[in-house]
Amino acid sequence: MDFDAVAQSLPSYAHGALATFELTLGALAFGMLFALPLSIVRGAHSRWAWGPVWAFTYVIRGTPLLVQLYLLYYGLGQFEAIRDSFAWPWLRSAWFCAIAAFSVNTCAYTIEILHGAMRAVPAGEIEAARAMGMTRGVMLRRVVLPAAFRRMLPAYGNEVIFMLQATALASTVTLLDITGAAGEMNSRFYLPFEAFLTAAVLYLAITMALVGLFHSAERRWLLPWQARSS
Amino acid sequence: MLQGYGASLLTGAGLTLAVAFVSLAIASVLGVAGAMAKLSRNRVLRTLALVYTTVIRGVPDLVMMFLIFYGGQLLVNKLADRYHWDDVTIDPFVAGTLTIGFIFGAYMTEIFRGAFLAVPAGQREAALAYGMTPGQALRRIVGPQMLRHALAPLSNTWLVMVKSTAIVSLIGLSDLMNRAKNAGSSTQEPFLFYAAAGVMYLVFTSVSELLFAWLRQRYAVGVRQVRI
Repeated sequence: MDFDAVAQSLPSYAHGALATFELTLGALAFGMLFALPLSIVRGAHSRWAWGPVWAFTYVIRGTPLLVQLYLLYYGLGQFEAIRDSFAWPWLRSAWFCAIAAFSVNTCAYTIEILHGAMRAVPAGEIEAARAMGMTRGVMLRRVVLPAAFRRMLPAYGNEVIFMLQATALASTVTLLDITGAAGEMNSRFYLPFEAFLTAAVLYLAITMALVGLFHSAERRWLLPWQARSS
Repeated sequence: MLQGYGASLLTGAGLTLAVAFVSLAIASVLGVAGAMAKLSRNRVLRTLALVYTTVIRGVPDLVMMFLIFYGGQLLVNKLADRYHWDDVTIDPFVAGTLTIGFIFGAYMTEIFRGAFLAVPAGQREAALAYGMTPGQALRRIVGPQMLRHALAPLSNTWLVMVKSTAIVSLIGLSDLMNRAKNAGSSTQEPFLFYAAAGVMYLVFTSVSELLFAWLRQRYAVGVRQVRI
């Protein structure tokens, strides 16, 4: 092990960790923003409402994230109309494409997680809310969503960890995240073990922290509620 | 079809499937071994299995693959130097399938462990009381029931695995993804070929899902289902 080289590269790993954080948090935030309304549409009665949302999640969940990322970053430049459009400065940037691809991907998974959590809300609670004279919006806000958010915690924790690891793909479109920093160090010193092992340790540490975070969130919000409902 | 690159993409799709199946075989073996270690009375084995499943789930597959491919090559080079072997190059197919198999072995460990625990202990005890050997009890009684419990998570893991084979294109295997990239850059139509690759992956996952739905039904024969 050559720890000198690792120490020399630590600043670029720190920058990489920051990029990994930004990519993960950005994707999760945008993904949740769109998943929340879409998951309600996903549970709608009309086939014309839930059909398109189901098709969207089916296609996204059925194809590799790498394909989605390459389609956006390398694929869109094929069309002249897009190259000439006002959006091209964004669509040309690796940052924008990575965040967009990751957001769309996690959005699809979050829709299904939220939809499942909402369906798991006991029918009696919804009937009670209706009997109290709540409108659909009020019922969603006060009864269904709070229950669904608690219930989705374990599955969403997995999704967050999956997203963190998926951001490693950003290094394939030239971004310098943790994996990108490792690739850079490897090409500078030709020390693949040290370079990728350092990256692995960093990811492992962040994953552990996230696991702990979700564990305490579950204890805080899920456990007391489960004890009451059973 | 596809400007003459259709056949090339199909060949790549074949390699993608080959990578997926070989990885599945490696992952299953590791999964059974891991589950046995986790369920064993030996503390060292249990700890080893715990470290394996924890570490794997915390490291991205891409990083793991680079570690095995580039790091493994360096290791082999050093060994070759020391023992005066001929030059050995690590085959990307071996590195890719080992990585994916190694990663999904950790998930399989949890699946098999859960499935084993889901079969009531009395089933195995009754089989042994009838005079079956432990092997027979596993094959005839516990195994089929385990499979029923394991099928749902197995299908999930298989789908994730098929999709994650796309990363082997990054260490130079000519899989579906790699061929789509090459076709896209030589025709200047990357969108078309990445979309075509996406459709092929979608076909794989859809067919797998249908097959697993059929299997689930088959293995649930004899289980009473109650609708709430």
